[in-house]
Amino acid sequence: MVKLLLFGYGNPGRGDDGLGPELIARIARLRLDDVECQNDMQLQVEHVTDLAGCDRVLFVDADISCAEPFEISGIRPEKDGSYTSHAMSPTALLHAYSQVYGKDAPPAFLLRIRGYDFELGDPLTDKAYANLDAATQLVAKLCAAASPEIWRIKSEAPLNVT
Amino acid sequence: MEQNITPSPNLRRVAIDPVTRVEGHGKITLLLDDNNHIHEARFHIVEFRGFEKFIQGRPYREVPFIVQRLCGICPVSHQLAAAKAVDQLVGVERLTPTAEKLRRLLHFGQVLQSHALHFFHLSSPDLLFGFGSDPAQRNIVGVLDKYPELALKGVKLRKYGQQIIAAISGKRIHGTATVPGGMNKPLTVTERNALLADIKDILAWTQDALALNEQIHTAHPEHAGFATLRSNFLSLVGSGGELELYHGGLRARAADGSSIFDQFDYRGYQDILREEVRPWSYMKFPYLVGLGKQQGWYRVGPLARVNNCDSITTPLAEAGRKRFREFGRGGFVHDTLAYHWARMIEALHCAESIQELLHDPDITGTDLVADPGEKRREGIGVIEAPRGTLFHHYQIDEQGLITKANLIVSTTSNNQAMNESVRSVANEYLDDHQLTEGLLNHLEVAVRAYDPCLSCATHAMGKMPLQVELFDATGALVSKLTRSATDVCE
Repeated sequence: MVKLLLFGYGNPGRGDDGLGPELIARIARLRLDDVECQNDMQLQVEHVTDLAGCDRVLFVDADISCAEPFEISGIRPEKDGSYTSHAMSPTALLHAYSQVYGKDAPPAFLLRIRGYDFELGDPLTDKAYANLDAATQLVAKLCAAASPEIWRIKSEAPLNVT
Repeated sequence: MEQNITPSPNLRRVAIDPVTRVEGHGKITLLLDDNNHIHEARFHIVEFRGFEKFIQGRPYREVPFIVQRLCGICPVSHQLAAAKAVDQLVGVERLTPTAEKLRRLLHFGQVLQSHALHFFHLSSPDLLFGFGSDPAQRNIVGVLDKYPELALKGVKLRKYGQQIIAAISGKRIHGTATVPGGMNKPLTVTERNALLADIKDILAWTQDALALNEQIHTAHPEHAGFATLRSNFLSLVGSGGELELYHGGLRARAADGSSIFDQFDYRGYQDILREEVRPWSYMKFPYLVGLGKQQGWYRVGPLARVNNCDSITTPLAEAGRKRFREFGRGGFVHDTLAYHWARMIEALHCAESIQELLHDPDITGTDLVADPGEKRREGIGVIEAPRGTLFHHYQIDEQGLITKANLIVSTTSNNQAMNESVRSVANEYLDDHQLTEGLLNHLEVAVRAYDPCLSCATHAMGKMPLQVELFDATGALVSKLTRSATDVCE
């Protein structure tokens, strides 16, 4: 079986920023075989070790500017400026993976769920919940897909899939 | 140190907005006079969301978990400082041995991973390649290219610190490690053994990192004078004057090493510290009351702690401290870039302490919560967070709801020092009114030495673009340099 890593990141204490970890929590409760669920507040360089041994990675993040309810796309390693911060982008993390391990990072995808309010202490907004529901359904289907075909279709270009 | 902040017709303003490789969104404004000398340097914050206000009305039991939301970098430090305050609210004076050791282990793991991130990921590019080297190389990717083994050690040190946090907290983020008067879950023997399996490597790598930082600082005389200030230092110390990260008395010493106060009970911090508000920054300016606003500013963090303490309880770090003091000829080392060196002394101390604790039979004990005592309406917790002394102060009503909160975070304590370091560097490196990549990075190197966390300092979540603006004496924009989140200067 293909081992899939689901990695959500964001701060659950800041409104819709918690969409990523919340989706991961929902999927984790399904206890799916060969699906590893991880989350953290921010992506950092040590997370390359989480990628090791995985055949495919799906990063899940909240986004204030993507289409509703979400967008999913394939991502490739990219050297960007995020390594100069206390937080990294998923593309920079993939790049760091290849630097650390001397081989290509596993195929990776980024699911951006539309959020609206990122204020300290706020809960998820109603609209974000609706987007989360739609995104959860998609991820559950993707996790169940034995064939990589569905991943390819979903990630050919940034899509808003319902 | 206070400068006239009213721009005159003969002054020009340079703004650098914000600073990269720090957590949050900062901005540097330089005010020049007609001779292109720095009249004033301001390192300030452009975003604010009040945490102290937000937490009012919440039950005190929730506080250690809510405060973790302040920051993605040091949530454990906030949790532990708040937990110490909550211990007082429930009348617990002393934790069980297992609970205290678990908290210390958690704290050492947090400091280790934070220090590792700062050196290996954020500062090593400047230190290994030089401040003026090609920006395309001067980053962690460049380090991965040229020093892959070193970079990998950094990754693994980070990972190890996170493993400790996850083992004790139960999960990676927003764990529930602490409860009022103790800890929530024991460390199992299996978890302990898993952590012990890697500790020898961790010790070796932190020794290597200390040796490298020591070599870099001593081999580059120019580092000694870069952004260097003579300042007061504030930190916790243990009862014997030893380095203490979790609990102790407050010690402040002047630049010449003389004592300002020592073994001060931090629950009385308001008697010795004040916070000045300045209209141009959301970040406050704390000062030592006894010295006043002008002379009372101070530095916190690794440089303050290693200078301030009389000893370190673990042998390898103590040997490192002695070499550090020899470099300072027995006195304080005031070099701002020596923050990096001191940080690695502490990282080694953390690794040694983790090893000791993992071998301590108490660490897998199950007596986790002390009996509560008489409840109080006020609790004050202080801890040495990776970036320096961290104060959490809460008051509650009869229902146990928070009525007042005050946080003094490490970066706020270093606020004036960062301003002074910026002014020092700008005076030396600003060439006419040209904004160059080199100038930008020199300024950033000075700020980065403090490892500021602007999210904590303003209690807000930060953003990371960079913008520099140069204004003439009339306020008109003369030139602009922008570094975006993708590190493109235009």
